[in-house]
Amino acid sequence: MEQFRIAAHPILETPALDMIGFYFNGKSLEARRGEMISSALIANGIDVFGHHHKDHSAQGIFCANGQCAKCTVIANGIAVKSCMTAVQENMIVESAEGLPTLADISEPVEFSPLEELSCDVLIIGGGPAGISAAIELGRYNIDVLLLDDKNRLGGKLVLQTHKFFGSEQDSRAGTRGHEIGILLSEELAGFPSVKAWINSTALFVFSDQKVGVLKDGKYVIIKPKRILNAAGAREKFLRFAGNNLARIYGAGAFQTLVNRDLVRPTQRLFIVGGGNVGLITAYHALQAGIEVVGLAEAMPRCGGYKVHADKLKRFGVPIYTSHSILSANGDESVESLTIVQVDEKFAPIAGTEKSFACDTILIAVGLDSLSEFSEQALAAGIPVDSAGDALEIAEASSAMFNGKIAGQKIARLLLGDKVPEISAAWYEKAAVLKMHPGEIKGYQEVDESLQDVYPVIHCLQEIPCNPCTTVCPTKSIQTEDGSLMALPRYVGKCIGCGKCLLICPGLAITLVDFRKNRDNPTITVVYEIMNIPVKVGDRRLLTDINAEALGEYEVIQVQDFPKQRMQFVRFKVPAALAKKVAGFRVQDALVSQPLAEAILPQHTPDDSMVCLCERVSVGEVRKLIRMGISDINQIKAITRAGMGPCGSKTCDVLIRGLFREEGVAVSEVVPNTKRPIFVEVPLALFPDGGAK
Amino acid sequence: MTYDVIIIGAGSVGVPAALALAERKLKVLVLDYEHAPGQQNNKKAIGGVRATHSDFGKISVCLRSIEILKNWQEERGDDIGWMSNGYSYPAWREQDAASLKSLMEIQHSFGLNIQWLSPEDYQELVPGIAREGLLGSTYSPEDGGCSPLLTSSSFYFQALKTGVEFRFQERVISFETKGATVEKVITDKSAYSAKYIINAAGNHARELGQMLNMDLPVYPDNHEAGITEPVKRFFGPMVVDMRRAPGSANFYFYQNHEGQVVFCITPDPPILGIDNRATSEFLPLCSKRMLQVYPRLKNLKVRRTWRGQYPMTPSGFPYVGLAREWENMIHAVGMCGQGFMLGPGLGELITRIILQELCEDDKEVLKSFDLYSEMSAEEKFK
Repeated sequence: MEQFRIAAHPILETPALDMIGFYFNGKSLEARRGEMISSALIANGIDVFGHHHKDHSAQGIFCANGQCAKCTVIANGIAVKSCMTAVQENMIVESAEGLPTLADISEPVEFSPLEELSCDVLIIGGGPAGISAAIELGRYNIDVLLLDDKNRLGGKLVLQTHKFFGSEQDSRAGTRGHEIGILLSEELAGFPSVKAWINSTALFVFSDQKVGVLKDGKYVIIKPKRILNAAGAREKFLRFAGNNLARIYGAGAFQTLVNRDLVRPTQRLFIVGGGNVGLITAYHALQAGIEVVGLAEAMPRCGGYKVHADKLKRFGVPIYTSHSILSANGDESVESLTIVQVDEKFAPIAGTEKSFACDTILIAVGLDSLSEFSEQALAAGIPVDSAGDALEIAEASSAMFNGKIAGQKIARLLLGDKVPEISAAWYEKAAVLKMHPGEIKGYQEVDESLQDVYPVIHCLQEIPCNPCTTVCPTKSIQTEDGSLMALPRYVGKCIGCGKCLLICPGLAITLVDFRKNRDNPTITVVYEIMNIPVKVGDRRLLTDINAEALGEYEVIQVQDFPKQRMQFVRFKVPAALAKKVAGFRVQDALVSQPLAEAILPQHTPDDSMVCLCERVSVGEVRKLIRMGISDINQIKAITRAGMGPCGSKTCDVLIRGLFREEGVAVSEVVPNTKRPIFVEVPLALFPDGGAK
Repeated sequence: MTYDVIIIGAGSVGVPAALALAERKLKVLVLDYEHAPGQQNNKKAIGGVRATHSDFGKISVCLRSIEILKNWQEERGDDIGWMSNGYSYPAWREQDAASLKSLMEIQHSFGLNIQWLSPEDYQELVPGIAREGLLGSTYSPEDGGCSPLLTSSSFYFQALKTGVEFRFQERVISFETKGATVEKVITDKSAYSAKYIINAAGNHARELGQMLNMDLPVYPDNHEAGITEPVKRFFGPMVVDMRRAPGSANFYFYQNHEGQVVFCITPDPPILGIDNRATSEFLPLCSKRMLQVYPRLKNLKVRRTWRGQYPMTPSGFPYVGLAREWENMIHAVGMCGQGFMLGPGLGELITRIILQELCEDDKEVLKSFDLYSEMSAEEKFK
């Protein structure tokens, strides 16, 4: 089953395999000790974990985060979420076929006393924003409890294998996300007033100003004076024919499987959504040895950074802009997908359908702030702030910085003038870090006759990023106006050290070196997909920034940078070509070939699912909207949409989208009433054995 | 606009009453400040419907409700999730067994199908129920339950089809009267008149009464409930544990038509007022009591909890009937948490009041629900 486990990764450490035995539907299998059942199954090539009790559709991994119940299996007789339950030696795992049978238990249940703790600041979420805030609060010795539902701190940082944008000083630009996660956790550990609880899920902020928390499988009550909601965001899902097939899920789930659990859940992947999440995830997939068939983006231009999109294109992953997904095709699981070109109103243009064979589709069409803890805290009368994606969707660099601001703001609220006021410069920087990509400009004109060696900067879109300017020992790269957002330009004297190539998160700098040969300079391209090795003597198809082929050239040198986990790959090319070379093709063009004939969906868009948990179709909800119903609670009462295990986390946004599509203003729609609890929890964890 | 009947409140009582009236060709308007039917305490109900009460009024009305709900799908085509799964009141204490058995005599006298099960027989119905000290249980197999959400929706759509007019997002702010007649219902958007006006305003019955100088002693108190993930059917009836424990009076749970276990507890002392926000106390309290009597629920995952109100009355009985003060004002209030099970039967009873078709039994029923009678003995079997 080698194809399903990532044995070697160019960026991530792959620990030695320590295997244990378990059973799935009577078959003896092996799992990595401590891994989640879901990943153990995926590593054994099993991706259908059961069948839904309503329509018998195949169920498998979806959120990989304990939020839904699509991955439910029966483990030692008990129905569990396989993504949140570690596999145990000799565990008997069975697929969940229809409704599970409740295990027959008659022994009395033991109860332990319910622990109640207080703290000054409760931070929900140990990602970039939460940790950064906790660090600031820790500096003032404020009593902080930081909760995170994962088994290590860092939030989504720990899943990011790429280098970060922003500035070195404020957001550790140029350092890889997972390393930033470790650095932040280490820094946090130096503050004794901050307690950090991992494996701890906040369940609800109750009206009696107490927060129910599930910590290491034990229910605990926290009474905080203030709350900081740094719980992040959730991914939006999409409506399209076949969206109920197995093997369609979010980029976050994918990153968890691939970069945390080091399993390979797919061999051929298609991604929907050209924001940074989709673009980065495609890159992660390449590093995990997964073929990326393509990426579709409904807008005429990718919303993510151009450097990310450029990188993918030149590696050989086509990006279809002004295209949306028409259907996922297959019997139980995805076998192919069909995309279609859309007009300026996002209406599909008939005749432009293209289908691709793929086994998994990732949906990366944006995030929604996770606001419920803030709403609950407000309702309970606990002062609450938000930071990171819970406040506003932006890059992790921005989350770190606004987390820091939130931390200092809360410290000042608690300690008064002992804490300095937040400077205007911080707010300005926070505003820049969350800026969307700006203008795209042309290449800089450089008089090559005056250069011995110089960097060609393929970074042509304004983004808040400047580590190339701070790393250069001769200060030869500066942004146009000195600001973080402006384009970097080569202004001084290059010594050919290559530091800018190594730090650039966009892999958007090459080096042209005339020192050995004026007519045939050496060009250096930076490389970090070492799972697809490049050797001296290989011939590689060089491409320009738009992935246009520039011809095949021989690799003349490969230089390793083991600390950075990068390589310099050098080619000798004609002088006229040198500055055009942005990279080389990695993925075979055959991978992204469409099928000879497009597969048109057999079902109408109204057959697609709005509520995956309760299997409610678009058509059922649309009918109600057309009857004039505008209360989502009434739709819920009639159809059960939103009453499933995920608690409307997936369908809510889809139903709101349907209202928009039907011409009903959002202001007229009565939102779904959100109730406790955040995730499903076994009854046995709640009793208070201490109460008389 | 003029109607035959205006009903204030599109809830457990208002919607079935509207349907019953419209089916007798009356022109009915229902007013509610919510955006949709059943959005106050109707949707908070856990869905149990029983006739095994202790007095003639509730028994008769609920027997009719059961008949309506049980046959609903066959007669109307809509699945409301009805199950005749029965109710059970297990006893672990001699005094409970004794009072349940003496109550059974009254219930038998009304012709109810209720029996006493031995612990062994009860174990068959609720496999795994705590046997330690279990003395037996009542079992009334013809009681049951259905989904309040589906039921309310179905009644609503049937009512619409039958010509009932619903006006949502309209709050009644006052009445216009002339002599002993209520002439107009004034809302924040318009004014309507009708031959009869029904106060079916649940939690808000008292304030509505006050607008007409009526004292309707209806005082909401808060209850919390929860629902689990669905599993294959593993026990039959509603289980009501009538014992008190610190912080709570009785509690009850059953497995609904989806396979989900729905549960609810009565706080002790009562938490008066209207507050729909969840408290941290409910789950630790309720789960402990549930697992003490039924350890098998241990691994069942709680999916959602909610809080609602019982519009309580001092007697524990609803107040239904024509107002003394106003000749065209009917109150159907103070359902004490039983509005969902009383609603369908009451809807028909109210229709007979308006059409002046009350039979002798109806008159007897209305004595139980009489606002003006001297307060009788407290309801024994809430």
